[in-house]
Amino acid sequence: MGTAHHEHHDLHAQDLGKEHAHDDHHHDDHHHHEESFITKYVFSMDHKTISRQFLITAVIMAVIGMMMSILFRLQLAWPGEKFAIANALLGDKWAPEGILDPNMYMGLVTIHGTIMVFMVLTGGLSGTFSNLLIPYQIGARDMASGFLNMLSYWFFFASSLFMVMGMFVEGGPASGGWTVYPPLSALPQAMPGSGLGMTLWLVSMSLFIVSSLLGGLNYIITVLNMRTKGMKMTRLPLTIWAFFVTAILGVLSFPVLFSAALLLIFDRSFGTSFYLSEIYIDGHALDNMGGSPILFQHLFWFLGHPEVYIIILPALGLTSEIISVNARKPIFGYRAMVTSILAIGFLSFIVWGHHMYITGMNPFLGSVFVFTTLLIAIPSAVKAFNYITTLWKGNIQFTPGMMFAIGLVSTFVTGGVTGIILADSALDIPLHDTYFVVAHFHIVMGLSAILGMIAGVYHWFPKLFLRQMNKNMGYIHFWLTFIAAYGVFFPMHFLGLSGVPRRYYTNTAFPIFDNLQDINEVVTWFAILGAFAQVIFLFNFFYSMFRGPKSPQNPYGANTLEWTTPMAHTHGNWPGAIPEVHRWPYDYSKPGAEKDFIPQTVPLAEGEEDGGGH
Amino acid sequence: MAGHSAEMHKYSGWGGGVSPLGASYGKVFMWFFLISDALTFSGFLCAYGFMRHKFAGEWPDPAAVFHHFPFLHGKHLPLLYVGFMTFILIMSSVTMVLAVEAGHRMKKQAVLFWLGLTIIGGFGFVGSQAWEWYNFISGNEQGAVRAMHHGDVKTFQFYSDHKTHVIDTTRLVPPGGHEALSVEESGKLKASGKRVYGASLRQNEYGHTLFGDFFFFITGFHGFHVFSGVMINLVIFIMVARGMMQRRGHYEMVEKVGLYWHFVDLVWVFVFTFFYLL
Repeated sequence: MGTAHHEHHDLHAQDLGKEHAHDDHHHDDHHHHEESFITKYVFSMDHKTISRQFLITAVIMAVIGMMMSILFRLQLAWPGEKFAIANALLGDKWAPEGILDPNMYMGLVTIHGTIMVFMVLTGGLSGTFSNLLIPYQIGARDMASGFLNMLSYWFFFASSLFMVMGMFVEGGPASGGWTVYPPLSALPQAMPGSGLGMTLWLVSMSLFIVSSLLGGLNYIITVLNMRTKGMKMTRLPLTIWAFFVTAILGVLSFPVLFSAALLLIFDRSFGTSFYLSEIYIDGHALDNMGGSPILFQHLFWFLGHPEVYIIILPALGLTSEIISVNARKPIFGYRAMVTSILAIGFLSFIVWGHHMYITGMNPFLGSVFVFTTLLIAIPSAVKAFNYITTLWKGNIQFTPGMMFAIGLVSTFVTGGVTGIILADSALDIPLHDTYFVVAHFHIVMGLSAILGMIAGVYHWFPKLFLRQMNKNMGYIHFWLTFIAAYGVFFPMHFLGLSGVPRRYYTNTAFPIFDNLQDINEVVTWFAILGAFAQVIFLFNFFYSMFRGPKSPQNPYGANTLEWTTPMAHTHGNWPGAIPEVHRWPYDYSKPGAEKDFIPQTVPLAEGEEDGGGH
Repeated sequence: MAGHSAEMHKYSGWGGGVSPLGASYGKVFMWFFLISDALTFSGFLCAYGFMRHKFAGEWPDPAAVFHHFPFLHGKHLPLLYVGFMTFILIMSSVTMVLAVEAGHRMKKQAVLFWLGLTIIGGFGFVGSQAWEWYNFISGNEQGAVRAMHHGDVKTFQFYSDHKTHVIDTTRLVPPGGHEALSVEESGKLKASGKRVYGASLRQNEYGHTLFGDFFFFITGFHGFHVFSGVMINLVIFIMVARGMMQRRGHYEMVEKVGLYWHFVDLVWVFVFTFFYLL
């Protein structure tokens, strides 16, 4: 079945341009195939199954990442106290009598960051929703290459596995922070986590880059080549625009991380000196000469900065769609939204230096990066205002998905405002590496992206699992999560302004921070509350997957094409011909229309104008 | 209504239903992959530029490093061999173009002929690179001296006459300098330092360590690309020979590997320029 299937996709892709009748013909073939459990659920090439695989893997990784944060938060709030849970989870070696080992603290911080940034918010977010929504919303039977799409998931799976495996090796996991700056990460003798743990981190990231490349190429080509008839680029839902630009960012920036990682591997294992120079360690001088750790930072942040937009753009795309559907209003400023996505994508490549203001950068160069970084505030503000103006006087349906989408708008603004502060090199220099930075990026990209992702899960759960999630549990989940999230990250701004450095195991050695200890306790209590709220979500998620009420075909009265497919997981998505598209996706509450929504498949009436400024 | 929409979209490939770029997904896929791969190479070349600029004074002159030619031992022929290698690679791109063109005409034998030549050219290039590496690794008979000088460990070459290329092992030249040190000072450096022969990832006789590191890394990474390209070409060659493309009715696979091959060629032009010419 495997190869036959693959060729089918090839044929499909090539035929698409010629004749739509072909598609119908091919589709009939599908019913003759009997799929085994392996091809249907494990090595599936169907975009819907791959999407669910990504989602469930990401949920598991998110739980692991969250548990890690609770463990190091306990240490930060009550340094040196004994916690049975730390001992139970980490064992006698890493948490003797329940006191977290300093090396393991560093490891937990590092792996928490890596898992959340890459496995949950890059692989999990793009992997789930690009796979689910691109073929559905552009009117395609599947991705351009189902086979490479399947490989993309399995590389992601292997990458997640290697990342977790690092927790179980003798020296502990990689511990140099998620940015793995050399020389700390390059020298196994520098810290226990720079040994095998770091090697596994690099293996995991290499696999992740392959996965992201295969996925990203597929998304780009599917959007370009496989749109159904009438689906002009200017009629694409904003979700697709966001996924499309995200994929382009990934294809352009991950290869540079790959360069950085390969050079690091050579420094670690083969004796080169790309990043190493004049180092004394354990009383010995290393013979590495001439390298520069700053070079790594340039290469790393050339990926690293687009990476934060790779994380946030899909969440913004999902939010655009959810807010428009549930406000029962067209999205405000469709063209401006598309332009902002493109502008953010472009600008993200010329701002990486703002992560490096304190590396001894020439102040003139620094001021150039200040300027480009501040420019990003413009398209970001356009997006935030357009969300608010879309909500304005809307007939708002407060579904759990909508609550989380509005939550995203809130955190995107809150975190964005501190971004303007940190963009300025004069202000960043004293705040660099303090909790102010931790608060900023957790709110603006961590929280916003995870709220957007959860919004997407609630909203598209009927398309993922054909059922609906429980609303009341959703509301409780939202309010607890939202309050806890601000409770965790808002106080961190004050810690940062007082100078508390990030990544420190404990601050008890600095008397000036003594009176800030209770802020750390408050933060940890909110973190525990936030984790508890996710238990409600997990229960709702898995329970509804099997026992939730069956969803009607178009539960929200939405216009986009995914709601024209039947509530069943048929391969090929539409049992008959692929629908043709006649209008933009945001005809909600159109004056004079019979219903408050007009699906994209409904032809324009005589004299009716298409939306979106055509 | 149907007429309305047909009318609306006939002017633009971007209206959906067709591939707007007039290319199959496989070809577009390859293009985007190449863009991504180009970024990886750019990462390396930028890193190389960064370091070379930083150590401009100590960077070896490529013409003084690469001057060997097979069967012409002892002759000083700077950059001639790498020029020859580059010529082979560019010619293999030409034969690849001819293979793709023959594919358009559905001429199986012609595709096999030109693709075969491309494969031979690819092997020729990889083999030449191995020979280049061999000379780089084994270095000169007299080697060089690494010694502490003004607080820094530096690599000193032996003085060689620019016209006759006769090497004077009693006098050393500091990195980046042309004036030889005196015999006494050279003797002190020889006594305090150590001899280095050839090149490895840890040190090399030509000058700055990073010169060797980047040479091995970037030409190695490129060579790996060429080698993969030759292997892929070989697979396609076998597929063509078995008549698979003829049965499919098109030679698009040849076109796709052709794109990759030209890309690898283009990257070499940049590597060649930055390493050897500048």
